[in-house]
Amino acid sequence: MAPHDIRRPFKRPVISDQQKRRELSLLRQAQNRRDAQHQARCLASTAFSLASQTLEAPISESELEVEALPESHKGHEPESEQEPSPKDFDVVGASKLKGAEARKWFAKQLMHPEWMIDIPDGLSQDWYVFARPSGKRCFIVSFNGTTISRLRNGSILHRFPSALPNGSRKKDVSGSAQSYSILDCIFHELDQTYYVIDMVCWRGYSLYDCTAEFRFFWLDSKLAESGACDAPSHYHKYRFSLVPVYNCDHNGLYAAYTEAAPYVKDGLLFYNKHSHYQTGITPLALVWKDENCSQYVIDTDNEGQVPSQQQVVLELQEDGRLTTSDDPPTVFGCLDGSFIERSGLKSGCLLRFAVGEGGVVFVDGKLENADLHYLGKANRARASADSFSKVMFQYSVRHSPLRIDDLLASVDSAVDPGAKPCDIEMDG
Amino acid sequence: MLQFQMAMEVTQILLNAQAVDGTVRKQAEENLKQFQEQNLPSFLFSLAGELANDGKPAESRKLAGLILKNALDAKEQHRKIEFVQRWLSLDPTVKTQIKAFLLKTLSSPSLDARSTAAQVIAKVAGIELPHKQWPELIGSLLSNIPQLPALTRQATLETLGYICEEVSPDVVDQDHVNKILTAVVQGVNSSETNNDVRLAAIQALYNALGFAQANFSNDMERDYIMRVVCEATLSPELRIRRAAFECLAAISSTYYEKLALYMQDIFSITAKAVKEDEEPVALQAVEFWSSICDEEIDILEEYGGDFSGDSDIPCFYFIKQALPALVPMLLETLLKQEEDQDQDEGTWNIAMAGGTCLGLVARTVGDDIVPLVMPFIEENITKPDWRQREAATYAFGSILEGPSPDKLVPLVNVALNFMLTALMQDPNNHVKDTTAWTLGRMFEFLHGSALETPIITQANCQQIITVLLQSMKDVPNVAEKACGALYFLAQGYEDAGLSSSPLTPFFQDIVQALLNATHRDDAGESRLRTAAYEALNEVVRCSTDETTPMVVQLVPIIMMELHQTLENQNLPADERQNELQGLLCGCLQVTIQKLGSSEPTKYHFMQYADQMMSLFLRVFASRSATAHEEAMLAIGALAYATGPDFAKYMPEFYKYLEMGLQNFEDYQVCAITVGVVGDVCRALEDKIVPYCDGIMTQLLKDLSSNQLHRSVKPPIFSCFGDIALAIGENFEKYLLYATPMLQSAAELSAHTSGADDDMIEYTNSLRNGILEAYSGIFQGFKGSPKTQLLMPYAPQILQFLDSLYAEKDMDDVVTKTAIGVLGDLADTLGSNAGPLIQQSVSSKDFLKECLSSDDHLVRESAEWAKLAISRAISF
Repeated sequence: MAPHDIRRPFKRPVISDQQKRRELSLLRQAQNRRDAQHQARCLASTAFSLASQTLEAPISESELEVEALPESHKGHEPESEQEPSPKDFDVVGASKLKGAEARKWFAKQLMHPEWMIDIPDGLSQDWYVFARPSGKRCFIVSFNGTTISRLRNGSILHRFPSALPNGSRKKDVSGSAQSYSILDCIFHELDQTYYVIDMVCWRGYSLYDCTAEFRFFWLDSKLAESGACDAPSHYHKYRFSLVPVYNCDHNGLYAAYTEAAPYVKDGLLFYNKHSHYQTGITPLALVWKDENCSQYVIDTDNEGQVPSQQQVVLELQEDGRLTTSDDPPTVFGCLDGSFIERSGLKSGCLLRFAVGEGGVVFVDGKLENADLHYLGKANRARASADSFSKVMFQYSVRHSPLRIDDLLASVDSAVDPGAKPCDIEMDG
Repeated sequence: MLQFQMAMEVTQILLNAQAVDGTVRKQAEENLKQFQEQNLPSFLFSLAGELANDGKPAESRKLAGLILKNALDAKEQHRKIEFVQRWLSLDPTVKTQIKAFLLKTLSSPSLDARSTAAQVIAKVAGIELPHKQWPELIGSLLSNIPQLPALTRQATLETLGYICEEVSPDVVDQDHVNKILTAVVQGVNSSETNNDVRLAAIQALYNALGFAQANFSNDMERDYIMRVVCEATLSPELRIRRAAFECLAAISSTYYEKLALYMQDIFSITAKAVKEDEEPVALQAVEFWSSICDEEIDILEEYGGDFSGDSDIPCFYFIKQALPALVPMLLETLLKQEEDQDQDEGTWNIAMAGGTCLGLVARTVGDDIVPLVMPFIEENITKPDWRQREAATYAFGSILEGPSPDKLVPLVNVALNFMLTALMQDPNNHVKDTTAWTLGRMFEFLHGSALETPIITQANCQQIITVLLQSMKDVPNVAEKACGALYFLAQGYEDAGLSSSPLTPFFQDIVQALLNATHRDDAGESRLRTAAYEALNEVVRCSTDETTPMVVQLVPIIMMELHQTLENQNLPADERQNELQGLLCGCLQVTIQKLGSSEPTKYHFMQYADQMMSLFLRVFASRSATAHEEAMLAIGALAYATGPDFAKYMPEFYKYLEMGLQNFEDYQVCAITVGVVGDVCRALEDKIVPYCDGIMTQLLKDLSSNQLHRSVKPPIFSCFGDIALAIGENFEKYLLYATPMLQSAAELSAHTSGADDDMIEYTNSLRNGILEAYSGIFQGFKGSPKTQLLMPYAPQILQFLDSLYAEKDMDDVVTKTAIGVLGDLADTLGSNAGPLIQQSVSSKDFLKECLSSDDHLVRESAEWAKLAISRAISF
């Protein structure tokens, strides 16, 4: 048996550069595989699919225009080279859109609550409640080093660096720079804070198909972790804040209604725990207000005055019918052709009406008749007609409002689920 | 009849097989082959008989033994398995006769015959003992050992040594182990007067150490073994002393935690050997301390700096305790350099061993070594005798890794200027070599963005670079070290995050100097050419935006050089050409990776892509595996940078891709090609479809082959995932072939019980590959109407995940991939798989564990899985 070789490496690195090249290649391949995998996972099965190509700068500065109206851009070629197809835009592609096209697209992405005109069953078990902050409803996208907030009509409110994932040019520890996060927020002017009321996407993972219960859990655990709730700094221009969300039992409802919040309240929002995030108006999210929890219970007119008669905004259809913004729309009445012609109105116009003495009449839960008086075209900043529930809520506020006591009574009565009447087929 | 003749004539054939005359030799080899093929039992029997027959010539006996040994074992795993099966199925009577011949040969007067028989017996034992056969072997070897003649005792001990080397300790029962050790240790004892016997015994003990677990836990037995081994280090016979120290070094790593009582004595005998004994013995004595350092470095690393004492083996701080005596002993060895040792690659002497050990000691004890070494350096560094200057410099270089920067930076700040001057002006090459190496160590360990006080400043940067570039014109060994120093100088700026590098003003000069070094006529000596390209690669890797134009300019230069080597293909220095091609491809690969990593710089080098690709393809014409590997790596980088446009190279590249996948022999080439298939998939996406039939066929063949090195198999599975992700539902037609392979590999890899660390590591890489394949397949099929095709696989995949979780031995990488697969399954199969998912343990406990993992990648994947599951079960 020969003695064993005991030579050790001398004056030479243990790892050769060739080995280093090999290892770096493997590392790059593993990273690329991870990126490809990550990208595939982020392809959400919703309207938000991530473009397969990687993109450079998200949006050009030229787009920094305020509140221009969609109409004023009609006939304009979209400045983007990309042909915008009507549906299935991905958010990254959408962020390449400019001006009016971008606004149109983003305007459709928010979930809007119906107004609460009656109390849903199971309020105390199946619903959350929270006090809605007063302010501008925004859709926030953080992506590729920038954060952009857009108002309900799609126009940009702020473009800023934030501590949201990929929300500033600071190096992020995890995840691809191409992954985006989307939040549903209300910007509260007084303390210059974005109050986050829902989470739509986080680090590229879509939460659209997740229940509100899950989304709120996720929001709660992820937002603070990102540092977005920290005080503003160079890389984080606005503070983000969570809104206290309660189970809609007696205590929760009472707390949301009475307890002091760091923001000015504008009504209460109710979210069904099992509902997914659904763009447009949904009956699974509801808004309710009274004078104690909102400055604006009854709609004001252009001058900020409460008009003596309720006003509604409806959309004029081609055949002269006046409809709400719901899908499917509710028809509130009809304008005759000669009037339309005389007033120079076109289909699609948003028109303002006053509700007259005759009020709104229901038969068997269906709208039978509404006493409408034409006032003129709606404010040009309006993006859409009123919803049916809004009209009805405003109507009931003026006539027989749904009171907090009614709400509290309904959650109290539901304490014992056994007391709830149920339909049971009796076989006798 | 023929067989009979063969058996009769075997002696002559064996002699002819060693004939000088090629024709005779060839004929004999042919005869042997025929004999073996026609009647293996008779063939092996004849060989054993030949070996055992003292009347036969030494040459034919030796070759007979060798052929017999080679018929029992092979290097390649698949042949080895085949031989084992072949032997096991042989007629038992023949086997018994062969074994009898072998045991008889141990008493032969011929040393060669005995030694060959010892090795063959060990091979047979290696096959039979794990199958509980030949139970009488150990007993018959050990019976009457003391009464045997010395020759047979020596052969028996040698046989025991080989057996211990061959079989794993768990197939020998403790009773036999005790008997073996008793016999072996008795042989080592000074009462054994025959040196050959004693040497065989100590060498056998070296191999038997792994069997002595129980005996080393017994104080009395351990004391006895240690005393006997220590006594053997004092034998008058050099071979015994050397083997005894070798045994001590092996004990130090196998039974570190049992050494405390003996350290005092061991220090005395090693110190004496280092000082006074002949070099082969002194080298082994130093090695004892180096291996103690290895142990303690490992243990302290495991402690991870905080001394919570969680480690299995406690650190006894032997080195720290021995430090005051150990360091002077090692410093003394540094003065025993040989002239020109730096020019001879094969040299290993006491000065080198001592210096290496000093470096390990510094890593073990850190700051404590500095005050013990500094006086030696100060005293010697300016002495007229080059040995003293070199030793002082080497000592300084050795301690630069280990002690804290706080301790070292002030010293380096003083020494740096001195070293720069020495590198320019010292008359001795050896001193200059060590000086350049020491500068490299300074930059390696004390220069970089992680350090608070920089040793390289605006004030000295220019001087440092000027000196290093000048040194690159020195003799090859000095120039090589200067290149190495520049490598670490550049590396230190890698993570600086500066848009501007302090190297920028010198970039052009540095590149030129390195290229000049590669062009030197003597660049083949001392690895100079390789070192120069390595430094160039590092300079490119660490370059900043400012120097991009210069990196771009480098591309056509390197391409031109590669072109020239291809034109010179027929020159005699073929191996050199291939090596150079490998280096040039490596350099281009680094450049592609650098420039391809950002859009604006990518644009600049893409103009060369076509030419580069055609050069790489020409490299495949050479026969060098290294060159192939480098060209393949470069092509992978190019594919990544090029993206979908890479499609235009595919018609030509494809055949080389296939060739690479078929290269079982140079499995590194095969492994790298598999990785490149992944690169190409990501670049081409579904444009790779036309090539997938061929690629998949090849990959499936690779997986079924038992010739291909096992390390390539996990990446092949990952590659399935890459392909599936790229081609989506087009993967449908491969499902039928790929999934059974995945499934059977999954079954194999689900359990690791009883495996060693290497096996567990391999198993985890296999699991990772399998899981990456599943991930890619699920994600590839997502949203396709064919998703339902995957439904039948869901139960077994979930079961695999559950069993992995139950096994509790996944590393973080596998955990991350596994939990990701759970998410991918839920994401793609949606509510259809909801009930299945809810039944699986993985979707609950495993997911929960991952969500609170310390590893953020694991958490990220777990969050993804949680989301996907919540969607799948909420519908």
